[in-house]
Amino acid sequence: MVTEKPSVEQVWSWLGDVPDPEIPAISLVDLGIIRDVTWQGEILEVTVTPTYSGCPATRIINLDIETALRDRGIEQITLKRQLSPAWTTDWLSESGKAKLEAYGIAPPQTAGGRSKCPHCQSAAVEKISQFGSTPCKAQWRCTDCLEPFDYFKCI
Amino acid sequence: MSDLYQFLLRMGDNTLVLGHRVSEWCGVAPVLEEDIALANTALDMIGQTQLWLGLAAEVEDNGRDADALAYHRDVWDFRNLLLVEQPNRDFGHTMMRQFLFDAWQWQMLTELKLSKHEQIAAIAEKSLKEVTYHLERSSDTVIALGDGTEESHKRMQAALDRLWPYVGEMFLTDEHDLIDVAALRPAFDTQINDVFGAATLTRPDTDFTHKGGKTGKRHTEHLGHMLAAMQFLPRAYPDAKW
Repeated sequence: MVTEKPSVEQVWSWLGDVPDPEIPAISLVDLGIIRDVTWQGEILEVTVTPTYSGCPATRIINLDIETALRDRGIEQITLKRQLSPAWTTDWLSESGKAKLEAYGIAPPQTAGGRSKCPHCQSAAVEKISQFGSTPCKAQWRCTDCLEPFDYFKCI
Repeated sequence: MSDLYQFLLRMGDNTLVLGHRVSEWCGVAPVLEEDIALANTALDMIGQTQLWLGLAAEVEDNGRDADALAYHRDVWDFRNLLLVEQPNRDFGHTMMRQFLFDAWQWQMLTELKLSKHEQIAAIAEKSLKEVTYHLERSSDTVIALGDGTEESHKRMQAALDRLWPYVGEMFLTDEHDLIDVAALRPAFDTQINDVFGAATLTRPDTDFTHKGGKTGKRHTEHLGHMLAAMQFLPRAYPDAKW
């Protein structure tokens, strides 16, 4: 039981430690899907936007947020779904992009798709498919090191 | 039943029925990458269905939710276009059906994004991003196969000829439609003509159209068979939970 309500900044920093269930290298805050955190009286309201409308991870994400906050002693939590403005890869944080790259997933690029391989940095890359292992990724490959890699779709 | 409820059913039933059809390819597509692409497209459409039918259930206000609408209505209560219930046949038919639907849905959502109804505008805005991606892929595939080998060209033309009589229904407007659907036709035509040109495909020169899907008056026989498979589990075991 907490006697004093933790600040909104404190809650943001806790949420910054909750990993994305499918791409654990980045946090939910890095992903840009936490849109707002506010206290409504004694109830903490967290506004979350889905990456893709059918993403199966959405339910797990909500569960993970609730669990993380309950572990910190917050008991009354409401999760609000917000569709508009629609999530965009522009909301991925800079640190999130760097973590993706280090994890072997090429971060989204605004113009013309992926320009280099996340493994060997070669520019000889090509698209295999516009879709990949999760709704947010496409499949690419490097024709130098011959490794396939995931590319975070730019939307 | 209100016009708004009817319109939301139309939007949700289109993505539900096509989403299920496309999911039938899971595990049997020609190559792994296409299998994954089809499954992802189906997933997006089922996600959009949850939003549209979720809102429809809210508007109906009769204690039902999106799942109840999807699994516990019979053929005559479905309001999807005839095009989306057509069977998959070969990969060419599947991609041609997808392209025709994507091009139409893109126009619809672009218009609905401007709706004064806040929730409809939000669902349209969200879905439009996904549909833009679908349309890019289906256009590319129609062009690649149409302008491909002799065999792939023949199959794509056959798919277009077979599916063309279902295009007209997409643009029939009635009192339940929230927007003037017929007004979207010229922009749709420009878009598909460009793709058919690049794909070396010939647009059929008939305007004949089958109708009865969006009104629910006359679905094709295929929908009932599809629902039998799709609805079996929740109907046989109504309390089943994941």
